[in-house]
Amino acid sequence: MTARLLAFGLALVFAASYAAAQAGADKRRSGYQDMGEALQKMQDDDTANPGMLFVQLGGQLWAKPAGAENKSCADCHGVAADSMKGVATRYPAIPQGADRPVDLEGRINMCRTENQKAERLPPENRDLLSLEAYVAHQSRGMPIAPPYGPVVDAFRAQGEGIYRRRQGQLNLSCAICHDDNAGKKLAGIVIPEAHPTGYPIYRLEWQALGSLKRRLRNCLVGIRAEAWSLDAPEYVALELYLMERAKGMKLETPAVRP
Amino acid sequence: MRILPVLALLLGAQAAAAQPVTPQIVDDAIPTSLTGRPGDAARGRAIVASRSTGLCLLCHSGPIAEERFQGDLAPSLAGAGSRWSEGQLRLRIVDGTRLNADTIMPAYYRTGGLQRVARAFDGKTILSAEQVEDVVAYLVTLKD
Ligand code: HEC
Ligand code: HEC
Repeated sequence: MTARLLAFGLALVFAASYAAAQAGADKRRSGYQDMGEALQKMQDDDTANPGMLFVQLGGQLWAKPAGAENKSCADCHGVAADSMKGVATRYPAIPQGADRPVDLEGRINMCRTENQKAERLPPENRDLLSLEAYVAHQSRGMPIAPPYGPVVDAFRAQGEGIYRRRQGQLNLSCAICHDDNAGKKLAGIVIPEAHPTGYPIYRLEWQALGSLKRRLRNCLVGIRAEAWSLDAPEYVALELYLMERAKGMKLETPAVRP
Repeated sequence: MRILPVLALLLGAQAAAAQPVTPQIVDDAIPTSLTGRPGDAARGRAIVASRSTGLCLLCHSGPIAEERFQGDLAPSLAGAGSRWSEGQLRLRIVDGTRLNADTIMPAYYRTGGLQRVARAFDGKTILSAEQVEDVVAYLVTLKD
């Protein structure tokens, strides 16, 4: 009797602490939670979110034939709401036939050069960002789900190395700000946890849509480190690690940030 | 004829001033001025307040009311001049890693041991010897 009661009691205690652990488990905060209510409202309202204009432009480009093949994205992929759903949650990834991971904009450029026989779009090009925003928007609300495998894991490990290494004249690392001091104020700005949940983002300071790489370059320039060129594999490695840190968090594309 | 050696002396002195001085550390302080002269507290205050020169208020707060945006990654600079001697403050600006290897505070007068420094700043100290002395002169005045 007592043994059974005890077991029952223990089970209850475990269940309770399990529930508590579940509820308290995920303390991660998207940059969304660190910005003011006005900006949150702007992001949430599709008619006020400036990023949605680029999503619309991306939708037009999706259906527009391009390159020597004169094919549109839609000619191969059909309705983006079906074929692109969830895609952005697992990039950077290694596409079939490639030997290294590429990010979403890299994947879009692969389709341009290989399937459309069109020019690569340069980094931060408006059409490229719009297509990327349109594709990533199809995963809005879905949890980040990174891919695994020996090659992609090695790149991710390289990214974590970069994240933890001090660099630049100010001798700081990403981890010092975004792990150890997230939530504190750097000259009045709340340091976010650096989750890549909303990219490409509409950043008020830029007055434009911009990529995760552009954001990472801003941080590198801030600590007076030599920024890699925008096509460097180091960014893809960093993005892989950031996606792993944010695994399970929901995509917000197109996010608004200060 | 008599002018030449004087010129040589002057040029020699200038060349020496352009080299980064190697500060003499005694215990947890650098007792003597990096320039051989005292700094200017008013200029030091402007350096501490500046977002592009001193960068101090990125991390610290301090009694500089006109700068609304101050950091809270580090202790307030208020009272630094009563907590530390001039020499102790100088070492903390020059290279805080001598006291705490893990500190996040940048070493303002050191060029070695850094990785991937942007070309525009490579081989340069964050502040010049004169600027370090100005900042120290200002911090010394922060008694409460
Ligand atoms: C000195 C502190 C500091 C360092 C070092 C730093 N960052 Fe940041 N980072 C910030 C701040 C502050 C912001 C937010 C800026 C804003 O809102 O204007 C930010 C924003 C970001 C964001 C955007 C988050 C969002 O919600 O959209 C990402 C991603 C990021 N950083 C990644 C990195 C990476 C990777 C590194 C290293 C290569 C790095 N940061 C180094 C301070 C830093
Ligand atoms: C990136 C962050 C950062 C920057 C920029 C920075 N500091 Fe610091 N500073 C710190 C931290 C953190 C400490 C705490 C002690 C430690 O970590 O060793 C500190 C300690 C100090 C101290 C000793 C404080 C005390 O009372 O114990 C002084 C004085 C000081 N800093 C002055 C300055 C000045 C002046 C500047 C600009 C010229 C500056 N700091 C820039 C982070 C910073």
